[in-house]
Order: sequence, then C-alpha cells, then structure tokens
Amino acid sequence: MSKTEFPPSIKSRPVYGELEPRAGSGHLMIADAEGAEAILGLAKSVDPGFWAKTHIIYIPKKTGTKYSSQLEQLGAGQYYCGPSYEAAQSRIRRALQNCHMGTQVYLTGTESLMGQAMHEAVTAGIPHTAIQTEHRGSTARRMQCVHCKGITEDVTTDPFECSHCGLSLFVRDHYSRRIAAFQGVRVDAEDPGNIPEKVELFK
Amino acid sequence: MSAGTAKLNVTVAEVKPINDLVTRFKFVRTGGGDLPTFSGGAHTVVEMQDGDITRLNAYSLMSNPADRGAYTISVRRDDQGRGGSKFMHTRVIEGMEMVISNPVNLFSLDLRAKKHLMLAGGIGITPFMAQMHQLSMMDGHFELHYSVRTASLGTYAKELSERYPGKVHIYHDDQNEAIDLKTLLANQPLGTHVYVCGPKGMIEWVHGTAEAMGWPREAVHSEEFLAPASGKPFEVKCAVSNKIVQVGEHQSLLEALEAAGIDAPYLCRGGACGQCETNVIGYDGKFLHYDHWLTDEQKAGGKHIMPCVSRFEGKTLVLDR
Amino acid sequence: MTIQFNDETFRGDFTFRNSEWAIKRFPFPFHEDSYMYSVNMEPHTSYRPGSVFERTFDVDEHYVSEMKDRAQVLADDPLRCQSLPHMTLAGWDLVELIMEAKAREYPDLFELHKNGNRWRWVNKPLGIDDTFTFLDESTLPYGPMEYITRQTQGDFALLDQRDDNLWMDAGMVTTQADWSLDFDIGMNFFEWHAPVPKAHEMGIFVRALKFLLNIQQGQPARRLNWTMTVNPLLDTSPENYHKWGEMKQDLTLENMGSKQHLRVELQTFFRLPRSNALVFPIRCYLISFGDLVTVPKWGRRLHRVIRDLPEELATYKGFIDNRPMMVEWLSQYDDGSPTSDGIWPDDD
Repeated sequence: MSKTEFPPSIKSRPVYGELEPRAGSGHLMIADAEGAEAILGLAKSVDPGFWAKTHIIYIPKKTGTKYSSQLEQLGAGQYYCGPSYEAAQSRIRRALQNCHMGTQVYLTGTESLMGQAMHEAVTAGIPHTAIQTEHRGSTARRMQCVHCKGITEDVTTDPFECSHCGLSLFVRDHYSRRIAAFQGVRVDAEDPGNIPEKVELFK
Repeated sequence: MSAGTAKLNVTVAEVKPINDLVTRFKFVRTGGGDLPTFSGGAHTVVEMQDGDITRLNAYSLMSNPADRGAYTISVRRDDQGRGGSKFMHTRVIEGMEMVISNPVNLFSLDLRAKKHLMLAGGIGITPFMAQMHQLSMMDGHFELHYSVRTASLGTYAKELSERYPGKVHIYHDDQNEAIDLKTLLANQPLGTHVYVCGPKGMIEWVHGTAEAMGWPREAVHSEEFLAPASGKPFEVKCAVSNKIVQVGEHQSLLEALEAAGIDAPYLCRGGACGQCETNVIGYDGKFLHYDHWLTDEQKAGGKHIMPCVSRFEGKTLVLDR
Repeated sequence: MTIQFNDETFRGDFTFRNSEWAIKRFPFPFHEDSYMYSVNMEPHTSYRPGSVFERTFDVDEHYVSEMKDRAQVLADDPLRCQSLPHMTLAGWDLVELIMEAKAREYPDLFELHKNGNRWRWVNKPLGIDDTFTFLDESTLPYGPMEYITRQTQGDFALLDQRDDNLWMDAGMVTTQADWSLDFDIGMNFFEWHAPVPKAHEMGIFVRALKFLLNIQQGQPARRLNWTMTVNPLLDTSPENYHKWGEMKQDLTLENMGSKQHLRVELQTFFRLPRSNALVFPIRCYLISFGDLVTVPKWGRRLHRVIRDLPEELATYKGFIDNRPMMVEWLSQYDDGSPTSDGIWPDDD
C-alpha cells in the first residue's frame, strides 16, 4: 500500500512521509485504524531486537480486530489497544514522561490522531521535525471553528456545520500544529444565508 | 544594508592575563554610559588598527549580559594565526580606545529547553559563561561539561566550579579525563538541548554522536569561529565597483574588499551567518570553500562565495560587488 | 507639540475621523502607479519630521481611542493576546524598548524613572502611573507584553529565532488584517504566511526571512503593507468575520467616500537584546477614500493601482466583489495626468 496522495497545498499544511526505522534509545509508536499497516510494513525491515524497546499505542476505530492481533504479535515491549484517542491520551503523556532524548516517535493513521499525538510529543520536548508520520486511512479532517473555537472531528464535506455553534464553515488548508486542526471560517459571512451546496471532499 | 552592525566606541578598562595563553579584556563605553544589553552566546567584532591593516575579529562576550557597565572577552593567543590575537595580546593596553560592534548572537539559547547541556572545549568556554549568568538569573536548568588541557590552562574552570557548585564538571586531558558523551547523551530527559563550543573535532564528535543516538538535529547547537585560512595570493575583479583587488597571502577576500573601499556586508566573519554571501559572475579556476553556510551543491555550482573565509586559486574571478 | 486626542469609536457608530494633520501625514503606501509584492524593507531611522516615520513608535490623535477599543476587544476575547511560556523574557525586552523610546521621544506624554530595577512609568494620556520591578512579573497587573501593548498603538508579534527560522510565539493582535493569533501562534515564518497567494512562488518570503534573521540590535527596519476595510473598523479578525463581513455589502457609489477605507500597516522590526527575539509591531492607519482624494496625487494613483491589481491579490485582500465600484468612484479623481515618484503629496 502506498502512502496517501494529497493535492498540492499551502505551506502550513502538514506533509507526511513513510515510516522508517531509525536509531534511538526507544521507540514510541502511536497509530489508529489503517495506520496499523504502516507499522506492519515497517516490521519487515527491522532487527528482531527492535521490538523489545518499542511501545505501541493503537486505536483500531472502525477496523475492529482486523489488525490488532497482528500488531500484538510483533512482540513490542509494551502494547496497548484502546477504544479512542481520548481514552489513550493520559497513557501517551505518561509514556512520554519516561522517554529520554534519542527516543524515536512514529505516528501513523488519520490526520487527527497524528496531529494530536504530535502535539503531546512536542509539548514533551521533541522538535516536530524529528517526529515521523505516515498517513493511512481516512482523509476526514479535524477542524477548528475560528469563531467559537470548537473542534469538529471527522469532517468530510465542504462546507460543514460546526458541531458547537452550528455555523456553516468552509474548510481551509491552513493548519495549526498547536491546535492539531485545520481552520474553518463561516462560508456565508459576507452574504448571510447564501450557503453553497455541500461537496464531499474527504473520505 | 550597510556593512556590519552599529558600532560602539569603547575604552579598554582592564587587561588581565589569565594563564599562559589567555588574556581577558574589559571594555567600557568611552565617555561613560551604558552599553547595550545582550543575550548569552552573543559575540562582538573588535576592530584593530594594526598599522595600515584593519583587523576585525569576533569574540564571544563572557560577562553577565545584565551588566551594562562593561563587556569582557577572553582572547587565546594563536601564534600561527594571522595576527589578530597576537595584536590583542601585545598591543592592547588599558586606557586604549577601540571600536567594537553591537552584540550579535548566532549561538543563542533555545529558551524552550527544559534543560541546557553545555559542552565546552578550551577557549570555547566563553559564550557559556554569559549563558550561565543569564540562566542562573532566570532559574534555568543547566549543566556544564568542560574539557581543558591541564589544570593550569583550564581557563575559569576553578571559578566556575565555585560559582555553580554541582553544575560544572571539569575534564583534564593530561589526567586522561574525558567527557563520557555516550552516557551523558543517553540519560537526558526529553526537552534537553545540547550546546557545544570548542575545537572543530569536538564539535563534529558531538554532532556525530548525537545523531547516531537519535537526537533531533534541532536540539544540538554549536558555534565555531573559523579564522580565515591563509593561502596563495589571488586577484579579483569586482564588476559593480569596477575595481581590481589583490588578495594577499594572509588576508581574507572580505578584508581585501574592505581595504579597497568596496561595500561588503558581514556579521560573523567566520563563515557561519551568511551575511557576506557574494554572487560570482565568472571564473576560471578553483574555489576553496571553507564556510558552513553554502550547501554542497552551491559550493560545487561556482555561483557563490563567502568572502569572509573562502579563497580562490586560478586565472580569473569576477564578483558581483 | 502636544497632541489633541480624539474621542472616537471604531465600531458601532464609527465616529473615527482623521484631522487635516492626520491626512497630511498618512503613510500612503504606493510609490508608483502599480503594486506588486516586494521585500520593500528600509532602515527604520527617523525621517521627515512630522511624518509617521519620525519616531520609533508613532503616537497620534487616535491613541487614546485605539487603546479603549483594544481593551474592549480583549474583554470580549482574551485569546487575542497570548504568549507561550518561553517568551516572557522577550516581553520584558519589549517593555524596555517601548518605555525608553516613548519617554525619550514624547517627554510631554510619557516618563520613565529608573532606580536600578525599580522603574516608575508615567503614561499621561491614559492616566497611568505605575511603579514595578523590571523582570519581576508579579509587580505588573498583566504579563509584560500585555501590559505595554495595552498602551501602544498597533498589533505586536514576538518572534522567537531558532533553527534558521522565526516562530510567532507571542502576540497582541486586535487590529489585524484578517488573521488569527490564536490559530497562528507557534507557527514559523512560512507557515503563518501560508495563505498569502503568489508571494511564495516569487521567493518573497525566503528573501524576507533571510533579511529578518539578520536584523541586529540598534538597527531596526520597516516596510509598509496595505489592504481595504469597509468602515473604520480596527478589529477585522477572522474570529469576528461573521459580524463584519456583511458590511462589505453596504457599500454604494454614494457612500464610497465615507465608508471605504484604505488600511495601511507600518510594519517595523527590532532585535530584542536579552531574548534575541524579534518584535514585529504592525501599526494600522486608516483613511477614508473621501479624505484620501483630497491629495490629488494619491487619488490618481490609487485609482490606477486598484484598477490594475492582479485578481488574486484583490481576492486575497478581500475586495474583489467591490472593486468595479471602487474603480468607478476613484476614476472621477484621475484626470490621466502623470504622478511623481514616491509616496508624498506633491504640494509638500
């Protein structure tokens, strides 16, 4: 499976690569849904000793048990499979507390997962450019409403309704690492009520 | 922008030999008044009138950045060098008026760091002295590992150990003591930044070891002042000013341009900051690139040169100056 | 000269007005009859007595009312002023820079008395007389950046310098040209400029960044930027876009002269000494089309610039829909005669 192709965009929009094993004192892998495929892909090219120093945090979402047993069988020093990012968040923070400089962080799956986990790793002291990412699965976006500041997850259409204030927002490519979201701006601000037809842009 | 930075007129208030190789100089503002505040890691460019030659050398400021009454620098004598350090050691006396640049910082602390790990070799200690002043005022978390040849050549080693007990670790070459870099780098908490200043070999060792251990590039900082290399004399044609300039054996291209009255910007004069980057219009010969600024591609491309440290051998060189 | 401060509003009934004095000194941004991006930086040195370029931080007749407007914006939305934790030192640098400059350049309005680290700051127009300890946050009612920028016209971005880039890690932003500090804080130079069309391809930002990284202590720089605003509204934020966006529809040929404003930003850049950060003040000046065309050269030139501006720029600057009407109105003031070089009125 090749990585997701995104259309050319502006400089604030994250660019994702392909995970590769790197030298480090430990490895923290955080993935959701089809992100498991990227970890399984990477597993083909690592030394057997690699997994002992690895902590995998996996959120299957809609993929259910499709990948979880394969991931578990990799033999990571620590393996966790949880129901949601929110549920895993405190574990991610705790895991980062134990890390030393030289730890490698690997993020894969949806943009929402990668963005939020990256924010935790950066807050813990790892430069964002040193964190590996690989997009897999859904291209649905995590959006922030610039007006009410509320976050709407899994946005697939443009425009969409803010799940907090209800305004119809258009989807920008402008992205904030700190908020781990794209920016949504009221689509009919200059002409209230004139809301264009929704188009499904992301799946 | 015109060449260099704003200038400060200063008077030498103290010249104090520290050991066989290093002398400390203290500058106050001529006519009194405060000097600008600076940030730890900053340097100043000292102008030296050596007969017909104007020498411009960059030295790290080592005094407390909050002390606006005086700046201090320490200069290690280099008898094989081009004469700047020798001039400072032999010609500069108390009461002398000199011109120095406003502080410029190309080696600043990353203030987000949860811990600052400093690695110094020899005279490379000086920028850390100002940084430690700054960090101790801000309750910053730091640790210094300082490698010296011998106890007697360990510039400021004793006073630093006393000033920051428990935070300063000294290693003497002559007692076969060495920084255990691998262990040190393996045990640092997330958010640590490492800084190194010292000889070229030490800087490469730290960068190489950190990279091999998976440290992010952005968390490893270094400063090395390159002294311009001597070399065969060469001739340069400056297209904009329509002048032909001879570069002497012990002169840098930048110094030759300045001596010819050609406006050439600079900041670090050590191949690091990029300010003096100059376009090459044409050449027939070979570049000797010594800078840290141009990429390998640019160095191979023959379109750019950093006149502060790099040289040329060959028939003709035409610059966009 | 003592400034007569206006009592005026930048919202609701919009009583903002420029005096004759303010019109004459307006920083008209077009030095020729066309406009395209450029890295139009110059040293921020004192220039043309009476002009907005004379002082380090220009204070004008709108000062007191602008500060009142800022306080209202912050009361409504405190996220317009934010500072990441490592930027506090840069905030103190800014306190020193502004207080020293204002006390030196406007001694009748501002005073700074230092006794070691114990400082007394007197701001007569705003009725402030505070004594505090420099570098001790507990002695000020707000963080240092917020404290001083509640008393200084213009938006402020504090840029941390590291990894050969600039990072917008703190700011006071209440008079912005449609960008969100809350969203952009923490971004690097290329990221926060990402939405600007064309300029990336032209290499503008690469060159501008290189210039800014090398700005040195004691050698500030400046440039002008511009956009358009309907009504003299300072707070054109994306946060409130759903409240001000519809005002663009109210524009007619009849009210063009009073409603449509040219919005000019005087952007300056200073290296800060203790933090090695850069401060980027963005000072907004507004002028109605009606006032602007009282300077014949400006009326002629603005007509030509707006008429010929590339479509992408008119879209980005948010006036593409109203452009035809703006051009029609401005054409009355363009007799086709040549204009002189530079930004200043001819009769000067």
